[in-house]
Amino acid sequence: MFPATFEYYAPTSLEEALNLLRQNPEAKVLAGGHSLIPAMKLRLATPPALVDLRRIPGLSGIRLEGDQLVIGAMTTYYDVQTSELVRQHVPVLAEATDVVGDLQVRNWGTVGGSLAHSDPAGDYPAIILALGAEVRARGPQGERTIPIDQFFVGMFTTALQPGEILTEVRIPVMGPGTGAAYVKFPHPASRYAVVGVCAVVGREDNICRQARIAVTGATLYATRATAAEQALQGQTLNADTIRAAAERAPEGLTITGDRVFASEEYRTHLVRVLTRRALMAAVEKIR
Amino acid sequence: MARVSIRINGVLHEADVEPRLLLVHFIRDVAGLTGTNIGCDTSQCGACTVIMNGRAAKSCTFLAVQCDGAEILTIEGLAKDGQLHPIQQAFWEKHGLQCGYCTPGMIMTAYHFLQMNPNPTEEEIRHALEGNICRCTGYHNIVKAIQYAAELMRGGAPAPTPAD
Ligand SMILES: Cc1cc2nc3c(=O)[nH]c(=O)nc-3n(C[C@H](O)[C@H](O)[C@H](O)COP(=O)(O)OP(=O)(O)OC[C@H]3O[C@@H](n4cnc5c(N)ncnc54)[C@H](O)[C@@H]3O)c2cc1C
Ligand code: FES
Ligand code: FES
Repeated sequence: MFPATFEYYAPTSLEEALNLLRQNPEAKVLAGGHSLIPAMKLRLATPPALVDLRRIPGLSGIRLEGDQLVIGAMTTYYDVQTSELVRQHVPVLAEATDVVGDLQVRNWGTVGGSLAHSDPAGDYPAIILALGAEVRARGPQGERTIPIDQFFVGMFTTALQPGEILTEVRIPVMGPGTGAAYVKFPHPASRYAVVGVCAVVGREDNICRQARIAVTGATLYATRATAAEQALQGQTLNADTIRAAAERAPEGLTITGDRVFASEEYRTHLVRVLTRRALMAAVEKIR
Repeated sequence: MARVSIRINGVLHEADVEPRLLLVHFIRDVAGLTGTNIGCDTSQCGACTVIMNGRAAKSCTFLAVQCDGAEILTIEGLAKDGQLHPIQQAFWEKHGLQCGYCTPGMIMTAYHFLQMNPNPTEEEIRHALEGNICRCTGYHNIVKAIQYAAELMRGGAPAPTPAD
C-alpha cells in the first residue's frame, strides 16, 4: 500500500511553512506521521501536498516558564516520557505516556500531532484537557493562545484554522495539594482507548477545591465530565464521595457506541468505573 | 521526484524517489536489503521495524523523503565479521522464532529497548513488544530470548541453556 501522489515540502522555518500553507490551501501539515501516513496509505486522506515540520528548528523541546511547563509541538512521546522536567512538574503526563500506542509509536508520534488530530480515541486530548493547559498556534494572522477548553470541537476537528500551525502546549505545573491520574481501557488490538479518563484534583484541608475530569474514547472528542467535577467540589475526598461523583460522570456527555466492539451502554459503564479509578488514583498521588 | 540520501548499516544510499515512496520500500527495493519484512502494512505488526537515528521505527509508517539524512540500522547490520549479535544469538539459542517472519522486527525493537533498559523484567519486555505481533510462537520464547540477550549484553557469563 502506498499513498496517492502529493507534493512534499520540508521547510526550515515557521515563516516558510506558513507561506507554503497559504500557497497550498489543501496541504496538510506532517508531524510524526503516525496518524496521517496510515490514513494516506488507506487513501482515507489524499492531501495534494504535505508540509513537513521536522526540519524547523525550535519546534521541539521541553522547558519551564514560570508556573507553566512548555512542550514544543514536535516533541515526541519518547521525549516526554524521558524528561526529568515532566516527571518533576507534571508526573501524570510521563506516567500516562507509557500507555500511548506502542514503543515505536511513542518514539515518533508528537505532542502537537496528538492534539491537532483530535482522535476520538486519543489519549493526550483527555490528559491535556484535564490538566487545563493552553495551546499556542501561529497562522496568517500571527500568534494566538487557545485555552484547551475551547480547543477540541469535534471528531478530528479542533479550533485550529486552515493555515494555522500548533507550536506548543503550555501546562500548569502541579503544585502542592494536587494529584492526577490517567486510567485507560485499551482496545486489545489497536491499543487505542475504548475509554480513557484523566482526573486532576486539588485538595485543601481535606476538601476538594478543584477537580477536572476529561473523557476520551466514549465521546466524539475529548470532553470534560462536568457533572462529576461539580459533585466533588467542596466535598471531603473519600471512597464514598468519589463513588457518588463517578456515578454522575456520564451526565451531559454524548456517548457513542459501535456495534462491533463496545456498545454505548458498555462505554457508559466504563466511563463511571474509570472515573472512579482515576479519581482514587489521583487522590492517592496528591503531594 | 526528490533526491534523498539515507545511510543504511553504514552505507550511503542515494536515489531520486517519489515523495510517496515508503521507507520500507527504499530499504527493500532501492537498497536491496530484504531482511526487513512487510507484515500488515497498516502500522500494527512491527515486522518492518528498523532503528532510525537510534530509535525503533516502523519503516512502513515513514516516507523515504522524511528520512533524508537519517542513519538506519537493519537486521543485516547487526552481525559483525560473521559473529551474530547477542540478540540474534539469544533468539537462536532460546528458540525465539518459528516461521521467522516477525523476527527481524522483534530483534530491532529489542535492540532499542535493551539500550534503554539493560536489565528488564519480564513484564517490561512484554510491554516493549506491544507493537510487534507474532503469529507463531505465543511470545513466550521471544521474551525468554530477550531476557537472555540482556544477560549476554550485560557481559554476564552466558547462562546455561536449559531445554525449556
Ligand atoms: C499502531 C498505532 C497505535 C496507536 N495507538 C495510539 C494510542 O493508543 N493512543 C493515542 O492517543 N494515539 C495512538 N496512535 C496515534 C499516535 O499517537 C499519533 O502519532 C498521534 O495521534 C499523531 O501524532 P503525529 O505526530 O504522528 O501526527 P501526524 O500523523 O503527523 O498528524 C496528525 C494530524 O495532525 C495534523 N498536525 C500534526 N501536527 C500539527 C501541528 N503542529 N499543527 C497543526 N496540525 C498538525 C496533521 O496535519 C494531521 O492532520 C497510534 C498510532 C499507531 C500507528
Ligand atoms: S508492516 Fe509495518 S507495522 Fe506491519
Ligand atoms: S515466528 Fe512466525 S510470526 Fe513470529
